[in-house]
Order: sequence, then structure tokens, then C-alpha cells
Amino acid sequence: MRALLFFAALLFAGLFIAEPGFAVIETYEFSDPALEARYHGLSQELRCPKCQNQNIADSNAPISQDLRRLVYEQLEAGSSDEEILDDMVRRYGEFVRYRPSSDGVTLWLWVLPLLLLIIGFGVMISVLRGGRAVPAAAEAVDEGKLEALLRSESSEANRE
Amino acid sequence: MASRLKLFAPLALFLLLAMLLYRGLSLDPQELPSALIDQPMPAFSLPSLGDEDRTLSVADLNGEPMLLNVWATWCIACRVEHPYLQKLADEGVTIAGINYKDDSAAALQWLADLGDPYRFSVVDAAGTLGLDLGVYGAPETFFLDAKGVVRYRHVGVIDARLWTGRLKPIWDDLQGTVP
Repeated sequence: MRALLFFAALLFAGLFIAEPGFAVIETYEFSDPALEARYHGLSQELRCPKCQNQNIADSNAPISQDLRRLVYEQLEAGSSDEEILDDMVRRYGEFVRYRPSSDGVTLWLWVLPLLLLIIGFGVMISVLRGGRAVPAAAEAVDEGKLEALLRSESSEANRE
Repeated sequence: MASRLKLFAPLALFLLLAMLLYRGLSLDPQELPSALIDQPMPAFSLPSLGDEDRTLSVADLNGEPMLLNVWATWCIACRVEHPYLQKLADEGVTIAGINYKDDSAAALQWLADLGDPYRFSVVDAAGTLGLDLGVYGAPETFFLDAKGVVRYRHVGVIDARLWTGRLKPIWDDLQGTVP
């Protein structure tokens, strides 16, 4: 019991020791705290083209460093978030955004899951209804034939 | 009859899924489509490797179809690719280079040691042109037509099999274009 408590205390302490998960090495001096907030937002929204399952804030690939610098420079130059994202898309395609815009081909990304969900529900409902409405009609039993079958079975069993 | 056909629905679904998954096996998820296809080359003004006084710009890439190869001495795959580029250059394919985030002295030494297939190499020490081109891993090769419009982008090493199988038809198509 005491060991368990000690372990729990350790886990609890870990909550305070653990750093927030940013692998960013370089720091930028922003002229305005609002810019810094937007920088963090943007760098988590943009995907690293080289290491595809990381955003550029988490990735330490050289390409991510370059992209972070670019975001920083554009923010300081007074670009809006929309302009910066558009500029990135112009270089790397919609892939670079974790939330691709909903037009053109990328529209399918947004619509398809919903569509599949609706189709799934449709199928489910039709199956549930169909199962209740039409119980499989058993074939009419020919009493005479059944009797004959049973008799031949029992006579075979007797012979053994 | 219709209810009998319904029994085949799971099989049809399975076949469809199997086809999709089978297709997925031969796709490379690392390969990104370039956003620059059918777009003009982004503008730049950068020095030429080995002749730092000479400034290269988009105008130097116009006039005839050419390959634009992104390379660096730190890029091992570029070294693998280099002999084949040399062979292509010897066969008359025009190749321009972008020396991407590299040390110019090392790059010149590399060309002196291994041969220089490039008509010229653009020094992109800070990687700004690479950013504009959407470069995410050297070597990359852009196919430019005579007007300087990007027609194709290949990421990775170009070898004989790839060239004859996939890339040469694209290159041949570009030959018809006029500036």
C-alpha cells in the first residue's frame, strides 16, 4: 500500500515537472505579444512537409526551422494569418495545412465522412426494419413425408 | 431477386476496399504533389556558383526546356544521382542546378571531383528559393518548359529506370514548346 502511494505521488509530481511539449530551439523576439500568440497558433496549424505527422512547431527538421522563420518574418511585416497561410499553400499545396480550406478537391475531405456516416445510418435503419417486417416463412411441412422419414430413421437405428 | 442481389453487397464492398488498399500499397505517402505545376518559376535573384559576381534570375531559365536540379554536398542521395545527371547532360539534356543550403567552397570541390553536369548552379545558401519552390527534400528536379513554366517535379533520385520509364516522355513533351 505504501509503495502504491509513493508511486502515485511520483506520478502526481510528474505533472508539474513535465514541460509543455515544444521542441522549438530558436526563440523570436516579437514586437507585440499578440504577434507571438498568432505565431504559436500558426506554427501549430502548419504541417511540416518533410516529417508529415508533425506540425512545424513540434518538428526540428531544417525545413520547419525555415518555415517558422518565414512565419515570423511575415508576422513582423504585418501580414494577416490568412495571407501567411495562403502563401504557404502557394508553395507547398493544401497539404501544408492541418485544416485544409473547404473548396475544390479538398471539399471531399470535409464532405465524405459526413456522407459515409449518413449512408451507414441509412443501411443500419433499413436492415433493422427489414429484419422485423419480413420473418422468413417456413416451408409448409408435409406431415406424411415427415412421418415416413422418422420411421425409416428409427428402423435404421434399431438394426444397429 | 433483388434481395438475392443484396447478398452480394458485402462482397462488392470488400472488393472495392481491397482494390483501394491494393492501390495504396504502391503509393508513396512521402511524395507530395507540387503546388507549382503549370505555374511560372518564382522570381529570384541569386549569385552563380563559382562566379559570385554574376547574378542569376528567372530570365536565365527561359528560352529552352531544362531540368532544374536541387542539390547539395550534404545530400547523400544527390551523390547517388550525380553520375546519371552527368550522363543526361552528355546526351544533351540541359540541366541547371540549385545549390541548396550548402557551402559554396565544398560545392565547387564536389563539381571539380565528380564533374559538372550543370549549365550553371544558383547559390541558394539561405534556402529562400527552395522555400518558394516548395522544396522539402533534396534531390528534387523540376521540369521547366521553354517559357520557364514548371511542368513536373520529381522528388528523389533520378536513375536510368525512372528516366526511361516515366521521366523521358515528360521531357520529350517539353521539346515541342517554344519560348
